[in-house]
Amino acid sequence: MSRSGSVRHPLVELTLARLREFGRERGAIFWTFGFPVLLAVGLGIAFRSKPPPQVRVAVVGQGPEIVSTMERLHRAEGIKPLRLSAAEATGALRSGKVDIIVEVAPPRAAASDPKGAEPGPPRLVYRFDTLQPESRYARLLVDDALQRALGRQDVMKADHRPVSARGSRYIDFLIPGLIGLNVMSSSMWGIGYAVVLARRRRLLKRLAATPMRRSHYLLSFMFSRIVFLAAEVALLVAFGWLVFGVAVRGSLLAVTVISLLGSLSFMGLALLVAARPDSTEVASGWMNAAMLPMWLLSGSFFSYERFPESVQPFLKALPLTAFNDALRGVINDGASLWQTWPSLVVLAAWGVCCFGLALKLFRWQ
Amino acid sequence: MTATATSSISAAHDPDAAAARCVGLVKHYDDVKAVDGLDLEVRRGECFGLLGPNGAGKTTTVEILEGLIRPDAGRVELLGRQWGGQKDQWLRERVGIQLQQTDLADKLTVEETVRLFRSFYPSGRSVADTLELLGLRAKRGARVHKLSGGQKQRLALACALVSEPELLFLDEPTTGLDPQARHRIWDVVETFGAGGGSVVLTTHYMEEAARLCDRVAIVDRGRIIAQGAPEALVAELDAEQIVQLRVDGELDAEALRDLPGVTHVEKNGGDLFRLGVASVGEALPAILGVIEAKSVALQTMTTKQPSLEDVFIHLTGRKLRDE
Repeated sequence: MSRSGSVRHPLVELTLARLREFGRERGAIFWTFGFPVLLAVGLGIAFRSKPPPQVRVAVVGQGPEIVSTMERLHRAEGIKPLRLSAAEATGALRSGKVDIIVEVAPPRAAASDPKGAEPGPPRLVYRFDTLQPESRYARLLVDDALQRALGRQDVMKADHRPVSARGSRYIDFLIPGLIGLNVMSSSMWGIGYAVVLARRRRLLKRLAATPMRRSHYLLSFMFSRIVFLAAEVALLVAFGWLVFGVAVRGSLLAVTVISLLGSLSFMGLALLVAARPDSTEVASGWMNAAMLPMWLLSGSFFSYERFPESVQPFLKALPLTAFNDALRGVINDGASLWQTWPSLVVLAAWGVCCFGLALKLFRWQ
Repeated sequence: MTATATSSISAAHDPDAAAARCVGLVKHYDDVKAVDGLDLEVRRGECFGLLGPNGAGKTTTVEILEGLIRPDAGRVELLGRQWGGQKDQWLRERVGIQLQQTDLADKLTVEETVRLFRSFYPSGRSVADTLELLGLRAKRGARVHKLSGGQKQRLALACALVSEPELLFLDEPTTGLDPQARHRIWDVVETFGAGGGSVVLTTHYMEEAARLCDRVAIVDRGRIIAQGAPEALVAELDAEQIVQLRVDGELDAEALRDLPGVTHVEKNGGDLFRLGVASVGEALPAILGVIEAKSVALQTMTTKQPSLEDVFIHLTGRKLRDE
């Protein structure tokens, strides 16, 4: 009576069901594959390496000297002088439209200079915010340009040799970070949301009423995730390489192993978040609470080393930080898998702890 | 099932054991006593109905029997076995379950869903036969979210029947369905019963219980208040007809109670009376006489065959469904 010929293993059927459900969700496909690529394009263009921006200088004052000052600044490289009234200049500085104000003082009245020697150079006043890096840079540039125009000589010779290090552009930094974000988000949403939805719809309860092994159900999520993970990571790596020339300096195998471990770790976190809630709203809240700090703090978009020294150990203990560090090590610095071990340990620890806790807390109905 | 196929399990499998039996079942939810000392026994091959209003404890009882909820007290035995420990797998393979509400995965097709459930069982019906049995063959490629309510319910039944269970639990299988869809479900349940399967069914539809069930238990406030074959329960009312009348004006139930041919009187609400009547010929003129004598105005009067609904109203003074 049992026609077992066409009956596949439950794990195969469950995994197929996962893949079908996900593959048939058009929105999910976009957010998993389209969105990260768009993000890479957008940020890659916005932050592409380019020459330093022109320094904008407001020139104020009266008298013939102002014309020569304008000319000297025009001739200098990377400086854009603007002739403004004093009031306009103050406003422009405040709103960041100019980086510095150069105030040309009128020549001293002849009467006050009884010797009547040759007129001294115009006295300048630089007005700028000494706390703004752009303004400080502008002062150096402007002063240098004006002094040189009047004949200042270097007292010591120095050579300038421009260097462009491989893997030092922002896009090189960004692509591994985007892979990290994507692996985290898709693992979390792909598993967490699906599990909570199945619980709310009583599908988990229905499955618990069959002889299905519960471990098969959870494993099917992992297997199906891994299929999509491979596609996601391959897409972003290939995209970064083809469009932006971001090369993987380490081995592709190391990238694969790190992605796999990272994904498993985030799946553990997802199962933990999804272990109990039966409303997708509540689950979304928890999911965001777990992910948002990592979006901001784990160095996906900018280096977490800009945060104070005292919080660095905490940031490094986050799974996404560990994942980003390991991936950047391999992609940007050509590190071997072995060299990334501290990050791998952090990922494994998160995975094991979350998974263990999730199994304890998991509610089938 | 052939003898050779069952010989290996028959040692541990008592064919004389009841399909389902429970004694002294109690289940609290916070302060609410959902099930309050409930006993029942479902015989092999019978269709047993749990009948009662919403919140009577039917679903809790069934889910305890299904091993999905742990009772606070009481004993449960299915096919001679109890839930808990290593035996669960054995029971799960022999019990088919349709929950009161399950939304199966929207994006899967009918066939994929049944195939998925089939893969959980070591033996059972083929997917094609199951779809045929439930009349879902034409819909096998349709996604679940495109199905009508009746088709969804048949799919849920397909998932329960694909394992060829010995015992089938159906929790309100036709609630919210139109009459035609309801009849299709009834046909499937009858086919299952004709094949020797045992069924435990909850419902608040009288026609459903009367048509499908060999025996019913009327459940109210977590207890069974009457039990027996549907016809026997109706016969216990001792009424040939039910007369229902609505009057405008003051009328006391006592005034109707001792009339010839009237077996019992219930006053529902202010002006609605339900009378069990042994002989319509005797009772009707007498009732009309009282109405005239008390000078109240008769608004409506109907007579009908008594049903399980009347049994329920008679026992509890309330209707099965809030309408």
